[in-house]
Amino acid sequence: MLEPRDAQDLRQIVADAVASGRKLELQGGGTRGSFGAPREAEVLSLRQISGVVDYDPAELVLTLRPGTPLDEVRALVAGEGQMLAFEPWGGEGATIGGTIAAGVAGSRRVTAGSARDHLLGVTVVSGRGEVFVAGAKVVKNVTGYDLPKLMAGSWGRLGAMTELTLKVLPRPRQTVTMLARGLAPAAAHAAMACALGCNAEVSAAAHLQTGEVLLRLAGFAPSVTARCAALPGLMAAHCTLEQLTEEEAAPLWHQAMTGSGLAGETRWRVHLPPRHAAELVGALEPHGAQWAMDWGGGQVWVALDRSDDLVRQQAARLGGEAALVAAAPEMRARVAALHPRCSAVANLEQRVRRAFDPAGVFATGRFTEDTDADQFSA
Amino acid sequence: MSITMPEPCAETLAKRDRIVAAMRAIVPGEGVIDDPDALRPWESDALTAYRQPPMLVVLPETVEQVSAILSWCHAEGVKVVPRGSGTSLSGGALPLADAVLLGMGKFKRVLEIDYEDRVAVVQPGVTNLAITQAVEARGFYYAPDPSSQIACSIGGNVAENSGGVHCLKYGLTTNNVLGVELVLMDGEVVRLGGRHLDPAGLDLLGVVVGSEGLLGVVTEVTVRILPKPETARAVLVGFPDAEQAGACVAQVIAEGIIPAGMEMMDKPAIHAAEAFVQVGYPLDVGALLIVEVDGPAAECDHLIEEIARIAGANGAVTTRVSQDESERMAFWAGRKAAFPAVGRISPDYYCMDGTIPRRRLPEVLRRMEELSAQYGLGVANVFHAGDGNLHPLILYDANKPGELDRAEAFGADILRLCVEVGGVLTGEHGVGIEKRDLMPEMFGEEDLRQQQRVKCAFDPDLLLNPGKVFPTLHRCAELGRMHVHHGALPHPDLPRF
Repeated sequence: MLEPRDAQDLRQIVADAVASGRKLELQGGGTRGSFGAPREAEVLSLRQISGVVDYDPAELVLTLRPGTPLDEVRALVAGEGQMLAFEPWGGEGATIGGTIAAGVAGSRRVTAGSARDHLLGVTVVSGRGEVFVAGAKVVKNVTGYDLPKLMAGSWGRLGAMTELTLKVLPRPRQTVTMLARGLAPAAAHAAMACALGCNAEVSAAAHLQTGEVLLRLAGFAPSVTARCAALPGLMAAHCTLEQLTEEEAAPLWHQAMTGSGLAGETRWRVHLPPRHAAELVGALEPHGAQWAMDWGGGQVWVALDRSDDLVRQQAARLGGEAALVAAAPEMRARVAALHPRCSAVANLEQRVRRAFDPAGVFATGRFTEDTDADQFSA
Repeated sequence: MSITMPEPCAETLAKRDRIVAAMRAIVPGEGVIDDPDALRPWESDALTAYRQPPMLVVLPETVEQVSAILSWCHAEGVKVVPRGSGTSLSGGALPLADAVLLGMGKFKRVLEIDYEDRVAVVQPGVTNLAITQAVEARGFYYAPDPSSQIACSIGGNVAENSGGVHCLKYGLTTNNVLGVELVLMDGEVVRLGGRHLDPAGLDLLGVVVGSEGLLGVVTEVTVRILPKPETARAVLVGFPDAEQAGACVAQVIAEGIIPAGMEMMDKPAIHAAEAFVQVGYPLDVGALLIVEVDGPAAECDHLIEEIARIAGANGAVTTRVSQDESERMAFWAGRKAAFPAVGRISPDYYCMDGTIPRRRLPEVLRRMEELSAQYGLGVANVFHAGDGNLHPLILYDANKPGELDRAEAFGADILRLCVEVGGVLTGEHGVGIEKRDLMPEMFGEEDLRQQQRVKCAFDPDLLLNPGKVFPTLHRCAELGRMHVHHGALPHPDLPRF
């Protein structure tokens, strides 16, 4: 494993790999290594390129290096009464750079946006072995192309971020979870749509297979109190609500946000129009699927031990898509992790990828479509 | 007029009749405009200092027509400039003498509204405000609200990544668009994003939003709609000077409050606005803040109290809280009329759009005053104070020889100052032609090359909206090469403008 200590070392490693035709797999904390096909590329870890560069809470921006542990970042901003509003999450040792590169967002994503919405600026060593900056270190900027958007969720296929500037926001002074029990998926979806569509400013909505609907209200105390009082009336047609303590609520939210606790080795993450979430789980339950819904139904974790891509087919039928997030190596070698794009979009993506990485130094085979594209163009 | 556009292509001009005929074959009837008099109204966008009648205007009505137009132009090497409502303040839709101006104004339909999933699917010519109007009866709205919202189109908003006074809390266009249908320069139609969140693969939608019409032509947009806040209240606060107003803004945010809007005006702007709309702005203050909060009534009441307390602690000399909707609207009336109000005290004005780290505000204002004296031109300032986005309005008279050039030079110095203190050239108006030649102030050669490589992935022949955003046009083949030399231009023969 290569562990450069600074951006200059990193640049040299990438340039050398390009010159010698080797492949490099960018890695943060290595907590999501089992996403994608098994591959043999040399790992280029960004863990040592770590630390906060600048943090001015009143400006709402935080500039830091990619290897900074996510836990440290969260603690740092919490200490100033702030948060990363997209609620990034990850396993033990996850880094901020890896989390952003994986495009990870938590339950607040439905109202607060994703990693891509909070990445303001980047410094990157591209697959050309060259350094570029894009975006900026202020919250409002439209100067030049929004290349930070491309970096978020790119899984290290365009370049290595050596510095990131994130938007941070005030942490709500108070957070309350309201719970309904015993709802079937269709009724749960209707309840969540009502909650997210009314003016009680529900910031997250989730539904578990055991029938619970979770609604989160956050903000200043007088506001939260008023909204908690109003919400049961607004939702009277759908369910009755009770208030949970944060200790009771936390494990339920964790399950909805991460899909943890679902049985089986093979797990999918489905993104689809929320209105079809109930039909999706209805189609998959007869096959033994376990599931958890977040984002008001817009994200569904599905655990289903089958070697085919039934989940993906059902997601596609309903206007959505499915990522294979965990499976046996044999299946990951055979089934693409990311939902396939139509050929016009796939070709455009490949051209954009080549704009950053013409030699394919970061095309490790992890994403099977990349391998195909590279062979095709070579 | 310091900005040079690419030299018109003689070959294209020579085959104009054939181009007109080809466009007429695709778009029948009045959808093709080639009469010189009829082309006049299309000669500029809202950056009116720059005018250039287009070679011809084509107004398609269907995505098939857009695809056929681009495909034909691609095959023939003819340039295309897309245009929404023409409200760009940066010249993003300035026509070229040798380009087809592709007007998207006939794409006016709201295609679908899904209240359950809180999305609306609209055609790009629908105005920003019309989206809100289409959904407000059910208690929803579309959040980004650029000041031109009655006229500007959602397609143009996508191209420019438009903001507005509420974007600190609700985000820019990019944070509120879920998907687009896009026609590439070769005529290929692609859908990026759609009705669900976080689609697989590279975030191409993210780079298309704000690409200023250089990557493709948007033919359909899917946006998020939000439930309308229960209520909104505003407070008007006067300070002896901008430094105290800036300190107030910083403390509001430091105490965890993200107002729906937080606007600042300096003394010249306050006086111009009050003279124009008479809404009762205090005239004896050096800076005025309008802070608006929205949400449940209980929250608004609580936050207004907090903001009034913070304002007092930072030396506020007048504080007025809106008691009803008409008073709230009156607070805004002056701010929203600031541009035309300045237009009454000066024959012409030039609106800048830099963003700075807010803590540098006092220094930036002081140096702007020095520049004002140096150039002999007045300046009035309105800011989106919450996010540090400045709109200095430089006062000049275009009829006086040399004043426009001086105003532009003053503006360029202001933007250089913004970059120098850690900010950016444009917070929401876009680069267009206006800030094109200033791009090297903010980006190095390699940064710009990487941006242009993305352009090449979408439009390798550089036919779509040329002359905008990039100060130097590199051939895509040259950019694709590895191990280019830094610094010195490898091709001195390349057109630079």
